[in-house]
Amino acid sequence: MAVATGRRVDPGRLEGQLWNQSDDYANIDVNVGRIERWMSMLAGGALAAYGLKRRSTAGGAAALAGAAFLYRGTTGHCNVYRALGINRAAGHATERGTGRIADRDSNTRQKLGGRRGIHVEDAVTINRPVAEVYRFWRNFENLPRFMQHLESVAMRDEGISHWVAKGPGGMKVEWDARIINEVDNKLIAWQSLEESMIAMAGSVNFDETPRGTRVRIHLQYSPPGGKLGAAVAWLSGEEPSIQVREDLRRFKSLLEAGEIPTTQGQSSGRTGDRR
Amino acid sequence: MKAVCWERTNVVRVEDVPDPSILNSRDAIVRVTSTAICGSDLHLLDGFIPTMKSGDILGHEFMGEVVEVGRDVGNLVKGDRVIVPFPIACGRCFFCTHDLWSCCDNSNPNASLAEKLYGFSPAGLFGYSHMMGGYAGGQAQYVRVPYADVGPFRVPAQLRDDQVLFLTDIFPTGYMAAENCDIKGGETVAVWGCGPVGQFAIRSALLLGAGRVVAIDTVPERLRMAADAGAETLDSLHDDVFERLRDMTGGLGPDACIDAVGMEAHGAHLDYWYDKAKTMVYLATDRASTLRQAINCCRKGGTVSIPGVYGGFIDKVPMGAAFNKGLTLKMGQTHVHKYLPRLLQHIEKGEIDPSFVVTHTVPIDDAPAMYKTFRDKRDGCIKVVLKPH
Repeated sequence: MAVATGRRVDPGRLEGQLWNQSDDYANIDVNVGRIERWMSMLAGGALAAYGLKRRSTAGGAAALAGAAFLYRGTTGHCNVYRALGINRAAGHATERGTGRIADRDSNTRQKLGGRRGIHVEDAVTINRPVAEVYRFWRNFENLPRFMQHLESVAMRDEGISHWVAKGPGGMKVEWDARIINEVDNKLIAWQSLEESMIAMAGSVNFDETPRGTRVRIHLQYSPPGGKLGAAVAWLSGEEPSIQVREDLRRFKSLLEAGEIPTTQGQSSGRTGDRR
Repeated sequence: MKAVCWERTNVVRVEDVPDPSILNSRDAIVRVTSTAICGSDLHLLDGFIPTMKSGDILGHEFMGEVVEVGRDVGNLVKGDRVIVPFPIACGRCFFCTHDLWSCCDNSNPNASLAEKLYGFSPAGLFGYSHMMGGYAGGQAQYVRVPYADVGPFRVPAQLRDDQVLFLTDIFPTGYMAAENCDIKGGETVAVWGCGPVGQFAIRSALLLGAGRVVAIDTVPERLRMAADAGAETLDSLHDDVFERLRDMTGGLGPDACIDAVGMEAHGAHLDYWYDKAKTMVYLATDRASTLRQAINCCRKGGTVSIPGVYGGFIDKVPMGAAFNKGLTLKMGQTHVHKYLPRLLQHIEKGEIDPSFVVTHTVPIDDAPAMYKTFRDKRDGCIKVVLKPH
């Protein structure tokens, strides 16, 4: 279904403003050559997978080493090379900055651009009126009820909210966000404040369709621990696109059925569960 | 409490497990008074359904008395006597509100598992693998019933358990199979498989106005039971099914064919051994000789209705025959909720007494032995009812 014309705001345009990708994303020194980066990724992946499988101290060390190689491969940045003043990335500019977020351009969009950020899009259709679906999401304090990685969201005044999330390895991540765009029953968009420890932005579009309310979500964030953190999360099975799909499924169940289906805590004849 | 648990392929045991409790506000707990072993439970016993875990409580045909309700269950009270449909349905999603209850969008907590195999996830089912939700089943003394404001269906006190128990699955399943044949009056319907679902399909086809039902099986007592209902019978071990059906219909072929066998078809023909070999080395997952024959025998423009369960992949489907004869294929897990008021009425009016199908009623402790008796069709076994208390 196309976005109806004659509405107050064209969400497509808003979205364009919010999400236009800038090509200027390489905020990290690239000092590793292309073939070497591929080899790093392959070796790192294998090492990390091997290490995670072993579940021992040695395995942990192997996983960490693997993760370091993965980081090196995915970002093209090697701290050892940097310390030694080596740059094998022919033709790659290295004067772009340190890769840290806070001291770069203040625009969240840019912080999140390209490789620095994780970008997820998904959609779900909910058999409830658009106003109800919109209202539920608009109260961000509801989000942890279906977003499994969120611990809490507290609404403060003037569209500011405080978010607490569970990061990889039990790490707690907190940030403040501001609503930057809002069209009743149509669109909500938010992004983290400048001074936050992580950069994130999100938008949700709501459309009425003959099958119910279609909810389209865009999420973008710099993962805690950067690309390295994302690689570790990916290796441990926490893929952002899968997380978002599961979260949206839970959102749908909560609104349609009033509860999220579960079997957690039911009895079975498995050892330890028997009487 | 006692519960029938799947341990591994070919092994089920009665275990002592913790009693169930309310986990969500729309749950209820039912004290099970009667529960049955379904032919589809045999697919679990035989290891044909993936994602079973050792210790899973089996059973999706059960009834009993409500003993506890969650705070959002307004329409049931303690003491209500109910039957519980085998598909778990929220009652509020697009599919439930369009009478497609077994396609419920919200009842499978492991929907992502099912999506990997099927693209989209069907409803959760009681006691039928983790891909189908991982819900504990009802072959137990107590069971937790999710969305209890939607599923459980009150039954009148004057009807015995064995007269209403099969409203949970096999009666509606046979009925939907017949309904899918688009019977307008006078048609010839051929039914492969005279197990419990086939028996109900035969009787439902006649209830719906079929002129003639031909029942096909190899087990004498099952064919006798079919004949009791008014069906003509064919023994597929000795009869050339295609030629006989062709003769019986004056060269036309049956108007509709029902495959009430499913993925573990047995047979003496070459294609049975072909399927058997392929499934043994995991090149195919299901055996489909019945489906092939049903497609082949069906008249031009007819309907093939499939209540028999398929789980994965089948091979050598005669798609050319189905296409060039312009067949309609209808199938699916039964939308049980949709049929309950109608079928209860048939029972109350005495037009059908579902207890005809029961051959064995035993205490729950005998379940492991009865699974094998039922699977091997020994001792005249057609339907087993378990008594948990």
